[in-house]
Amino acid sequence: MGKMKVILNGLIKENPTFVLLLGMCPTLGTTTSAINGMGMGLATMCVLILSNMAISAIARFIPDKVRIPCYIVVIATFVTIVQLLMQAFLPSLYETLGLFIPLIVVNCIVLGRAEAYANKHGVIDSACDGIGIGLGFTFALTILGLVREILGSGSVFGMKFISGDGMLAFILAPGAFIVLGYLIVVFRRLTAKIKL
Amino acid sequence: MEFLIIIISAVFVNNILLAQFLGVCPFLGVSNKVSTAVGMSGAVCFVMTLATLVTYLLQIYVLVPLGLEFLQTISFILVIAALVQMVEIILKKISPSLYSALGIFLPLITTNCTVLGIALVVVTKEFAFGGGEPAMLNLGESVFYAFASALGYGVAMIIFSGIREQLELASVPKSFKGIPVALLTAGILAMAFMGFAGLV
Amino acid sequence: MALESTVKNMFVSLTVICLVCSALLGGAYAITKDAIAQADVNKQNEAIARVVPEFDNVPSQEMFEVELDGKNYTVYPASLSGETVGYAINTSATGFSGSVVIMVGITADGMIFNTVPVSHAETPGLGAKISEEGNAFVEQFRGLDPSSVVLKVKKDGGDIDAITASTITSRAYTAAVETAWKVFNKIKEM
Repeated sequence: MGKMKVILNGLIKENPTFVLLLGMCPTLGTTTSAINGMGMGLATMCVLILSNMAISAIARFIPDKVRIPCYIVVIATFVTIVQLLMQAFLPSLYETLGLFIPLIVVNCIVLGRAEAYANKHGVIDSACDGIGIGLGFTFALTILGLVREILGSGSVFGMKFISGDGMLAFILAPGAFIVLGYLIVVFRRLTAKIKL
Repeated sequence: MEFLIIIISAVFVNNILLAQFLGVCPFLGVSNKVSTAVGMSGAVCFVMTLATLVTYLLQIYVLVPLGLEFLQTISFILVIAALVQMVEIILKKISPSLYSALGIFLPLITTNCTVLGIALVVVTKEFAFGGGEPAMLNLGESVFYAFASALGYGVAMIIFSGIREQLELASVPKSFKGIPVALLTAGILAMAFMGFAGLV
Repeated sequence: MALESTVKNMFVSLTVICLVCSALLGGAYAITKDAIAQADVNKQNEAIARVVPEFDNVPSQEMFEVELDGKNYTVYPASLSGETVGYAINTSATGFSGSVVIMVGITADGMIFNTVPVSHAETPGLGAKISEEGNAFVEQFRGLDPSSVVLKVKKDGGDIDAITASTITSRAYTAAVETAWKVFNKIKEM
């Protein structure tokens, strides 16, 4: 498989949010605006690329029975490094995303890719897979955040286009579930039409 | 009195699942039937209370005195993973009937973010129950808060699985089948739970 | 292919991975520690600069604590060519979810110059509006004379317009401003 195809695969055919339905907690919890969604997506992507590369490099030194704990330790390390870097250089984004940054550790996407892809492929291929899946996740979170932001606070990437409030329910918890539900439907219809 | 406020706050007002979005994956995954939902909730309740107890002690007596707070995430997840394994082994020996009820859900719990989430929340966030001064929770309160949160998780999960069992019988447009319609239902359920806001 | 799952292999690989990872983390922590502390200081300084009139000293170096009702509050005095122009006072109150921490600037003649939220965990779209740039709720405190108004939201018989559907947050913010005003009066008495 070509490198480009690996990336596209993660973006559309195996989109982690719309198709595989993995990593739902940060998807719903952090997408109150497009910027927040994007920030969360990029943070997850960083962890995903690094952990995919590291795991594909060390997979053959790890006995089968302890592979899951080993992967979790590796993932947790990268998550903490990303967390420390964000705290130092992007403090305001770190504060908004809060608890969901350490929770990348238990994001099933990251462990899922390690188990399903990285431990069977080379370092470069695994990095591409990380980029693809990471982009797919970022794309989904940004769209979800954008829709919620437009409906909920009447702004696009923080720039308001109406005065006053939007429909508050979309910023709050119920809106997250409902918007994601409809987005999955739209994504299904679209991909069924174009047939990749 | 304070414990009552913690329960109401964790179960209804700040429901871990519908207001804080923790543990959504298993929520969507295993809530097809009421019986599996009950099993999963039971297992979460058990592990979460125990995990919070252990991680709280780890934080206060090991990580903070040694200045190793940056190892928090990595050590908590290891503790939780080990704990889940241990619970599984012990349960198998001591109570085979309970094991057969909860057994298949236990391995799934390591990656259920509610457990790590609550363990991290109780050691990092200040709480103000009933409008008092915000303060860090002590050991008893932390463990109780974890238990109450798990209870809230169970309540939401069981209500939701009841709805989904009925939903199976409804005719749903093709592209809405499965997860989308479940998400819409969850949204409406979350809206209902918002009615509790401001109660405590 | 993967190493055989003997007890020795499992033990060694887990231990090595844990050690390497801890070492990596220790390194990352050591590198970012100063930057994180600096980010905190910058945030505090930014908040101070926004709430008091122009100054030429370094308020964070002249900070002092004031005790009020058994709690300590940090005060950052701002001065221009040696003369005090105002005080930035760090106060907090309990909001909808946890503490709402704010910085209140009061000029030397007892007027509120400006207020900014420093940290909070209020609901996005509701209480979190206090963090929006130029929102009407926070703006109404600008240039207010606390001695001539009642620092309470209108629902509680005061003069402050609360944010719609966020009374608890508005109440907390207003209470924190009132605390700062009390701290200021205490400074005046000293």
